[in-house]
Parts: sequence; C-alpha cells; structure tokens
Amino acid sequence: MTTNQALFQYCLRLGDTNLILGHRLSEMCSRGPMLEEDIALTNFALDHIGQAEALLQYAGKLEGKGRSEDDLSYLRNVEEFENFRLVEQPNTDFAYVIARQFLVDVYQCLLYQKMQKSSDETLAGMGSRFLKESTYHLRHTSGWMERLGLGTDESKRRIQQAINDLWPYTPEMLSVRPYEKELTAQGIIPDAEEIALDWLVQVVRVLSRSGLHKPQDVVVPPPSTHSDHLVRMLAEMQYLQRTYPDARW
Amino acid sequence: MVTTLSGIEELVWERLSLIPDPEIPVISILELGIVRDVHYDGEMLEIIITPTYTGCPAMNLFVAEIKAAMHDQGFDNLKVTTVYSPAWTTDLIPADAMERLKKYGIAPPVKGSDDPFAPPPAIHCPHCGSEHTNLVSQFGATACKSLYTCNDCKEPFEYFKHF
Repeated sequence: MTTNQALFQYCLRLGDTNLILGHRLSEMCSRGPMLEEDIALTNFALDHIGQAEALLQYAGKLEGKGRSEDDLSYLRNVEEFENFRLVEQPNTDFAYVIARQFLVDVYQCLLYQKMQKSSDETLAGMGSRFLKESTYHLRHTSGWMERLGLGTDESKRRIQQAINDLWPYTPEMLSVRPYEKELTAQGIIPDAEEIALDWLVQVVRVLSRSGLHKPQDVVVPPPSTHSDHLVRMLAEMQYLQRTYPDARW
Repeated sequence: MVTTLSGIEELVWERLSLIPDPEIPVISILELGIVRDVHYDGEMLEIIITPTYTGCPAMNLFVAEIKAAMHDQGFDNLKVTTVYSPAWTTDLIPADAMERLKKYGIAPPVKGSDDPFAPPPAIHCPHCGSEHTNLVSQFGATACKSLYTCNDCKEPFEYFKHF
C-alpha cells in the first residue's frame, strides 16, 4: 500500500465517522428535549458534516480517481463504509445521544489536538480547525454527563445504562488499523495508541466527577461488521442519488 | 484608470472590504478574515477564501456575495477557491472591529486555554462590562455564537465564540 492509499483509507475512516455521526444527529432536529438543546445538537450535526466534507474531499483527491465527497457519501455500499461502529448506533433516547457524543468528543479532541502537528499541511489545517469545534462539543457533553449523572435517580440510571450499552463499541474506535503504523512513523497521522491511553484517562475523569462508573471491558466484542442501523440509515441518506443518479438541486 | 495587474488586485481588495458579514453587518468579510488571497492574471480573477466553520451555512452566502460584487465590477471570469490551511481564526479580527462588535451588543471572542479539557474563559457583558455572566447555551442562532445572560444588568447577549 502506498502512502497515498493508506492516507486515503485513514481519511475515509475519519470522514465516514463524521458523516454518519452528523447524519444521526440531524435526526434529532425538531426532536431535542428543549429548544436550546435542539439547536445545540443540530449545530453538532453541521460541524460533523462539515468535517466529513473536508475529509472526504481530501480522500477523493488522494485516491486520484476523480471521486468527489458526494460520490463517496452517496454511491458507496454499506461494507465500504469505514466509520466507527459507535457512531452508527441509534438515538435510543437523549442519554444515548449524549453518551455516544461524549465518548466521540473526547476521542476527537485528542485526535485533532495531535493532528494539528501533522507533517501533512492539509491534515494539520483540518486538525486545528476541527479541534476548536470539538472543544465546544466536549464542553457541552461533559456538562450533560455531570447533570444527568448527578441529577435524579432516573437520569443517573439512564445515562449509566447508555454508557454501559455503548462501551463495547469503544475498543473498535480506539483500535489501530494496520495501514496506520507507517503513517504514524512518518509523522503524518497521530499515534492511535497514545490517543487510546489519554482517552481512557479523560473519560474516567468525567465519569467519576459525574458519579458514574466505568463499565467492565467486554470479553466478547460486538461483530466487526456494520449493524443494520447503518444499512437503514444509508437507505434513507442515499435514496435520492441512487434513484435519480446525478440529480442536482 | 488602473491598468496594472496589481492595481486591479488592489481594487478587488478594496471592493471586498465593503462586503458586510451577512449575519453581523458591523464587520466586513475582510475583517472577519475569510479572504486569503486575490490573483488576477489579466483574464481570470481568483479569490481564495477559507471557511469560518467547516459546516457554516453562511459560507455559500459569502461566496454568492463575493461573486455578485465582482460581477458588478465587470469580472465575469471568476473563480472562488476554498482552502483549509492555515485554519481560520478569530485572532485575526482587528481591534476596532472587536470594539464595533461590542457596541453592536455581541461580546467579542476571548482567547481561552488551548487545552480542550480546560474550563472556558470568563465572558464580559457587552452592555455593562460585568464579568458575572452565565452561559445559557453554547450554541445560538448562528454557528459562531453562544447565548449568555448578565447576572448584573440582567440583559441577555450573544458571544462570538473564539476560534
């Protein structure tokens, strides 16, 4: 695998993660528990879709086959998507939306913090821009972790349940793909193993501040394939371009 | 009559400085810092911009306003290119534009810690100057602003987020 091919895969993984998470959050539009939260979640969605646009555009350029960010978003099949399994999990209730977002926010803050120092100028630029967006996300979701964890018995029970249910998907997010090693060695992408260590420290810090506990690590991980949740999301997201290829607004 | 290429580029910069930010009309898009460069080779005019927020819905509006203004100046062969690096930052907004923001009722951006895990900086009320303010929502009517209220003068206000 050449450096460009490896970097293409990497940008796809980060870009798809943002695309799918952004789409999930957009499902919360007009369904937030209150007006401010509705606006916050749709702002998150915009940020993630914006990050996806930049990353997938760059991925298309690296691939060199003339695929645009739209081609990559709308014309790939489910098994070609590289997003973290965590972000395709459904918006079961508000606690799940916040827990999923919090786990990703910590990861993205650490990732983008390091990505700013990439030897690749485009990645470095994206890192410093995205970091600022993700910092606001993290402040918001850490605040909710505390409020829900230290709120009523019910809010505590539900946020702990959400964390417990989503925890099994975190090792896949933190795992290092084989193609990453060479890129890390060259200083192009951050060291995923370092991120994984810092991630646990920061997550546990917020959990304990919120009166919540870290779930047991899973012995049997969930399947490495995408879930039916993603299949259904893509069916909706890609419907128009699949039915009317090249349709434009 | 300006005939040199660099003279024409200067005119373009001047024209761009007259385009107000569509959401915050007291500052121009130049003061906002989204225009990176202007190239004119005698035939084609290229304007290089950088997005404020990656998903900022106003970006398309910026591009439309730039194109409209340039068409008015007779530039039909026009290209607007977006670059991501170096990233846009509110640190480039000039001091007098910050002052205008405040008079307009928007608290200007305050640089906090670079550490994403550190607490946010204190924001002063643009109306009475008090630092006893309360964050209502990190996300306001536009992507770049948060909602606050002042605990002293009790006025609500918007804060232009630091980026």
